[in-house]
Amino acid sequence: MAGEDKKQQPFDSKAASSLVAELRGAFASGTTRSYQWRESQLRGLLRMTDEHEQDITAALRSDLGKPELESVLYEAAMLRNSCKFALKELQRWMMPEKVKTSLTTFPSSAEIVSEPLGVVLIISAWNYPYCMRHFSFFIFPVSFASFTILFVVPTFFLHYLSVLSLDPVVGAIAAGNAVVLKPSEIAPATSALLAKLLGEYMDSSSIRVVEGAVPETTALLEQKWDKIFYTGNGRVGQIVMAAAAKHLTPVVLELGGKSPVVVDSGINLQIACRRIIVGKWGNNNGQACIASDYIITTKDLAPKLVDVLKNELETFYGKNPLESKDLSRIVNSNHFTRLTKLLDEDKVSKKVVYGGERDPTKLQIAPTILLDVPRDSLIMNEEIFGPLLPILTVDKLEESFDIIKSGAKPLAAYIFTNDKKLKEHFVNNVSAGGLVVNDTTVHLAVHTLPFGGVGESGIGAYHGKFSFDAFSHKKAVVYRSFMGDAAIRYPPYTNGKLRLMKALLGGSILGILRALFGRS
Amino acid sequence: MNAALEFDLGKHPVEAYRDEIGGLIKSANYALGCLKGWMSARKAKLPLAAALTTAEIIPEPLGLVLIISSWNFPFGLSLEPLIGALAAGNVVVLKPSEVAPRCSSLLANVLPAYLDPKAIKVVEGGPAVSEQLVKQKWDKILFTGSARVGRIVMAAAANHLTPVTLEFGGKCPAVLDSLSSSWDREVAVQRIVGSKFSACAGQACIAIDYVVVEKKFSSTLLELMKVRIGKMLGENPRESRSMARIVNKHHFLRLKTLLEDPNVKASIVYGGSMDEKSLFIEPTILLDPPLESDLMQDEIFGPLLPIITLKKIEDSINFINSRPKPLAIYAFTHNDSLRKRMVAETSSGSVTFNDAMIQYMADTLPFGGIGESGMGNYHGKFSFDTFSHHKAVMRRSFLVDFWFRFPPWNDHKLQLFRSMYLFDYLGVLLTVLGLRKSKQG
Repeated sequence: MAGEDKKQQPFDSKAASSLVAELRGAFASGTTRSYQWRESQLRGLLRMTDEHEQDITAALRSDLGKPELESVLYEAAMLRNSCKFALKELQRWMMPEKVKTSLTTFPSSAEIVSEPLGVVLIISAWNYPYCMRHFSFFIFPVSFASFTILFVVPTFFLHYLSVLSLDPVVGAIAAGNAVVLKPSEIAPATSALLAKLLGEYMDSSSIRVVEGAVPETTALLEQKWDKIFYTGNGRVGQIVMAAAAKHLTPVVLELGGKSPVVVDSGINLQIACRRIIVGKWGNNNGQACIASDYIITTKDLAPKLVDVLKNELETFYGKNPLESKDLSRIVNSNHFTRLTKLLDEDKVSKKVVYGGERDPTKLQIAPTILLDVPRDSLIMNEEIFGPLLPILTVDKLEESFDIIKSGAKPLAAYIFTNDKKLKEHFVNNVSAGGLVVNDTTVHLAVHTLPFGGVGESGIGAYHGKFSFDAFSHKKAVVYRSFMGDAAIRYPPYTNGKLRLMKALLGGSILGILRALFGRS
Repeated sequence: MNAALEFDLGKHPVEAYRDEIGGLIKSANYALGCLKGWMSARKAKLPLAAALTTAEIIPEPLGLVLIISSWNFPFGLSLEPLIGALAAGNVVVLKPSEVAPRCSSLLANVLPAYLDPKAIKVVEGGPAVSEQLVKQKWDKILFTGSARVGRIVMAAAANHLTPVTLEFGGKCPAVLDSLSSSWDREVAVQRIVGSKFSACAGQACIAIDYVVVEKKFSSTLLELMKVRIGKMLGENPRESRSMARIVNKHHFLRLKTLLEDPNVKASIVYGGSMDEKSLFIEPTILLDPPLESDLMQDEIFGPLLPIITLKKIEDSINFINSRPKPLAIYAFTHNDSLRKRMVAETSSGSVTFNDAMIQYMADTLPFGGIGESGMGNYHGKFSFDTFSHHKAVMRRSFLVDFWFRFPPWNDHKLQLFRSMYLFDYLGVLLTVLGLRKSKQG
């Protein structure tokens, strides 16, 4: 299995090249194209998740200190849902899409066929090593006996973003490709578990895991792939795209950014704060690509907002959050140092209004709120990806849009408001991968929404059918009859032919009829 | 526009209309008719009618886009992408090819009179200018040209994480199966020969590069082709002025060199004469030139048409698959199983049966390549989409939330979630009412 091989010999360029050659052979044999194969692999993933949920949870706890509920819900359950959705829709997705043909190409019929790209490389990040999104939204009425209870359960979805290794794999398999998965080395227990489990449950002639760090990833990136799907940060994203350019390999890059939350007055602050908290600290302790990065609110509202946040944080995580079992830890000491540096910068350290405690032995940082940090501080100039939440204040909330626009387009942007005009202004003017009004991160869970960035937050999108499409080539197929305009399109050119051609391109029925009856 | 095309490429006005101007008029009208629909948000279904939640996908412009076009269809390849970029609401810089200089300067001079000059700019120049342009940060680049330069463009785009659509070409094969009806044979030959020689003299990304036919039909095919070429272009194709010339000396010499290989020269069965002064090469057919020759390794991009013979027409599938994926595959056949195999077992930007190049004019089909023939696509709504960001937007209400969505976590909440994900509503209810213990102690 891949994990064991790694210990024996280094995975270098030669190994990568023969891996790709092997998978190309497997793909060329046609195995991965059949509905049966795709279905069996997706069911394999489902079984794997069901039978090894405990192992997965244990690995995530070992790597990230992730609370069990986050693992089960966000990772395992999310992956299950993705698989189930793909299984349900697969036949429909695989069918060619008939398209209307116009008089210009009459008589003809045409369709768009989705074909697998071939051999694809998926490189995942570490914050959600097992799955990527997850969601469930439902409202269900339950009636019994003499009363009706309406439960509205907007469950939330999960935090997915970035990490997830297996969610893109679902799309790649559904689209009929052979897959190499390179899980993140920063979550080693999960990476090893994935290598072992995928080796057991999946068809290893076409699906492989390569573990390792920079040397292995570099060796992989040197090869020619039919698609590369990368989740991680922008800097490495550039490296991936540059490597892809050598082989003209199309890419999907799921990156990050500073996802802002604009908070207006005149709303239910308690609900807003709960949603902000669970989307931030309840999501791998802020280490998630769509976690709220910073808040923008008015100077008037800021003090109250801070109070409510403090209250809710205490309710969720207690008076000693460093002791709370419900918070993931910081993934490793590099990131711990990075985050403490952000906190300890001179112009920022005095702005802490809540939290700030850290425990280097446990690699834990408590939920921390900062108020009025300067715009040119470190914390406001890189994606935080941790449990620190700065609040910027403005006089009028409309100014927040300028602040957001002055930075790189983020992966997500959020607003809490009941003001209709402000909502529409936000939706129509703020550019980000995805927007949510009056909540955070939930869009992750919706299969029917494309999940991806724009500008520096990414290229391409996935989830649901968008995953299938991301790993497919949309091939145009035209069926023409031998009847038709054979003569008029070609020399010798005459004015008569030109007239007919204009009629054809202009879609005139009369012109077409006349064309049909001529040959030379 | 006709005059510029005539000057730069020797195109006949009817050819210009058929391949560029008419197509642009069609596409612009199509975009105008569809624009409102394209611009409107699309509702996204939510899994279980979350009554107080809505989800939609809103298209928004990417921002500032760069369009670099090629010289063979200088108006078509500049303005077809421009239609999409404008429909999607972007600001555009267009860099037409300097290899078609009259067309390039026409665009630079005339576009500002018809389009908003603050939002659409034409920058003229050669490779040095293109190099400077691609170094900048764009929100999208659409490039039409060679795969070699395409790699450079994508590498430059990578520095800014700029998404790209790259349109190349490839060796587009035409597979000619046995056709029993003579009408069909005539039409097939007309379409093959017509599309190859009358569209920019074979200098087109979707031109038929070579024909594949069963050995036993090759002589019939050759005779039909000779007759058809004669009918189309007369005794002296150059005098007919119905066939474009080679764009410049560099490409003329490139094509001349392809034919200088003695084994290739020996396989010429029709045509072959070239006039360097007028940059004209007459329609040339070759029969089974050596497969390792440059002629059969590189994209020809000129009026040279090799006929490759195989024992069985089904062998064409392996033949095609052993070469880089082309932008288009053409197959003239009534054989349904061959058709199915073509579609299922080969990979290309597109497959067209019983005709050639016409897929370019279809507004409802994506036009783009795969592998060495390109990435991304455009035309029709695909143009709009390629220049848009499809933004996911979700709106939630404050009225609905469920208490166990939030920490602190406990087994009770976990149990509730387990039930919910299994859509076990009764289980949820029982757990809530305390009538069911959590699965884990």
